[in-house]
Amino acid sequence: MSLSGIQIYKLLPASSKNAEVKKHGNCKECGYPTCLAFAMKLAQKQAELAQCPYVEDESKSQLEASAAPPVRLITVTGTERKLEVGNETVLFRHEKTFFNQPGIFVRVKDTQADAADVAKAVDAYSVDYVGMDLTLNGIAVEAAGGDFAATVAAVKAATSFPLILLTEDPDTAEAGLKAAEGTRPLLWAATADNWEAMAKLAAEYKVPLAVRADDGDVAALAALAEQVKGAGVEDIVLDPGARDYGSSLTVFTQLRRLAIKKNERKVGYPFIGFAGDDASLAGQHIAKYAGFVVLDSFSPGTVYPLLVMRANIFTDPQKPIQVQPGVYEINNPTPNDPLMVTTNFSITYFAVANEVESSGIPGWLLVADAEGMSVLTAWAAGKFDAERIAKGVKGNELEGKLDHKRIVIPGHVAVLMGELEEELPGWEINVGPREAVDLPNFLKTQWG
Amino acid sequence: MPAIEIPKEKWSGKVREITLGATADEGGTRAKTVTVGGQNSMPFLHFEGDSPNPPAIAIEIQDRKPADWSSVLLDAWGDVTEDVVAWAKAAEEKGADVILLKFGLHDGINADYARKTFRKVLEATGLPIIVFGPGQAELDNEVLVAIADEGKGERLVLGVCDDKNYRTIVAAALGNEHIVDARTAMDVNLSKQLNILINDMGLPMERIMMDPTTAALGYGMEYGYSVMERLRLAALQGDSMTQQPMLVTPGEEAWRAKEARAGEDVPEAWGDWAERAVNWETITAGALVESGADILALRHPESVKRVRAMIDALAK
Repeated sequence: MSLSGIQIYKLLPASSKNAEVKKHGNCKECGYPTCLAFAMKLAQKQAELAQCPYVEDESKSQLEASAAPPVRLITVTGTERKLEVGNETVLFRHEKTFFNQPGIFVRVKDTQADAADVAKAVDAYSVDYVGMDLTLNGIAVEAAGGDFAATVAAVKAATSFPLILLTEDPDTAEAGLKAAEGTRPLLWAATADNWEAMAKLAAEYKVPLAVRADDGDVAALAALAEQVKGAGVEDIVLDPGARDYGSSLTVFTQLRRLAIKKNERKVGYPFIGFAGDDASLAGQHIAKYAGFVVLDSFSPGTVYPLLVMRANIFTDPQKPIQVQPGVYEINNPTPNDPLMVTTNFSITYFAVANEVESSGIPGWLLVADAEGMSVLTAWAAGKFDAERIAKGVKGNELEGKLDHKRIVIPGHVAVLMGELEEELPGWEINVGPREAVDLPNFLKTQWG
Repeated sequence: MPAIEIPKEKWSGKVREITLGATADEGGTRAKTVTVGGQNSMPFLHFEGDSPNPPAIAIEIQDRKPADWSSVLLDAWGDVTEDVVAWAKAAEEKGADVILLKFGLHDGINADYARKTFRKVLEATGLPIIVFGPGQAELDNEVLVAIADEGKGERLVLGVCDDKNYRTIVAAALGNEHIVDARTAMDVNLSKQLNILINDMGLPMERIMMDPTTAALGYGMEYGYSVMERLRLAALQGDSMTQQPMLVTPGEEAWRAKEARAGEDVPEAWGDWAERAVNWETITAGALVESGADILALRHPESVKRVRAMIDALAK
């Protein structure tokens, strides 16, 4: 739990009981006039503790602990790519935002002849979504009685993504860790039975370790995490053993609440969820708090919607996605087809583009730079006016691209018509419907 | 080591229960009714609250074979899309809790046609019915007012009812014992405000479904998701005018998305069309289930099956 300015002040030199330290109180070396002023800045996270050269070790550790995020940041790395999960601070995305997207991994078994091929396909997969390049994050290699070390080595050679090593047998795990040398995989899992050996391996190979309890047993899971931590493993991932919709929603919610609202350090780690082949369950894991999601197979028709879902849920609600201003071609338009204009707020863009596209009518959509606001908001804020629309028309050289000089403006900004006629001499300005849903009918009946 | 205590939220508020449909005893003709709402926790957190009624699934059927539906959808339903009676029966067989009868926008629409079509559906199924007009202000009024009268006492849901047409639709619901689907743009305050306006006309809160507008996966889904979470949190915190069960339309929205509709000329990375399309609908619906949806209107039979499995697992 973060400390208040006054609580921090009590840990700084001005409040020290040690005279040697206290004499540096209010020394200004941190750049602030007093220790109290510095404490206030620390509380607001606008200053760094390292700016004070005299703070005592004990105070330092207390302050650092208080500044630690409630969900520890865990990093796994592959030969070239890495993944960071954790550092979350809220239970609902509207409270602030979700920060680090959960890694989506595809499981292969060491008995599977095509394990490396699957890894290669997962590695190569990427898909464009509103200008973002979406990818999966890694391969989970499961020891199922085959040659684990050889499979890990082959998978490592086939992908630059990080790995998860799925085995509860310490000897197999060590063989896998050796084969994964040069990367930092997640090792899954330590249980009540094997935790000592697994913790020793995780500490020795400096990899994060997942701890697994059964049937969503929070207390057993917390106890296990504490034991593993006591054995020198700092980077921990929690697997409460919940595999279905109900139990995973319940236990992930309970654990995340403990970490964030109760500052319960014992469970202040990311979670791993196993979704099998159930895309909806994977979707639940993404929305409800998993840091790692393991799928049993790789299929683009399932992975693409999941990656979009993840991008959506992890969009910062305070910074809505904007689309790139410019001209968008819908349904392969010819120079005779209609030109429409709207703003670059993503939802506005999608509403308009989707209506036109689904109608089958070809058209040109000019997306003006309205700083990511919707039509009415942007108009009210002066970000969507005749000048900006004209700038878009000219900047995108539409006169050269089109055989006509007609533009449809949103019905909500009909008032811009006069000004726009002045800004775009020789152009015919048409006032379109207020709502995107009425556009296809408007184009069918009014454009000809 | 001290035991870990699971933190539980104790909410003062509770979502209202709304019952769709009326049996013969209750003045209608439905074989069964469907009740939604009644929760006093965030969705499916059984360790701290009660969720007496799982979310219900409505299957959308249309008065005529839809001209703009993807072939993936039309193929899944087959010939029944040619005949609204056969379609209603097929939807019931595919596991609908409620039938959503949506009128398409075409030349043949008028009050008389709407009455006759509705009457056929009413007789073809014993399930509660939601009726959506064609989505054009004047026609919606004409269709919905006629059906409200034709189905008097059936406790239909009439939609959509927004800030422009609510006076007409609410008046029709008031006189004929129906429920309205109160739709606003995705905004907590707008939802609340429309509920108040409708209630001020005398329609009891137990007859107002709240519809915060659905956006498909990839097309603003997260806005709806967060508005629904905020509405539900407000309801649980005791804000009476937000304590309505929520109706969402992931079927209609997901199938408007290019990802569901287009089978050709799309990037290879989009994968198999039918697989992707059904996932588009189910993942949209699934996210809304997690954020508090009480009635989900779906289109594809496979989506119905999967969303049902998800709800059954969560409701346990």
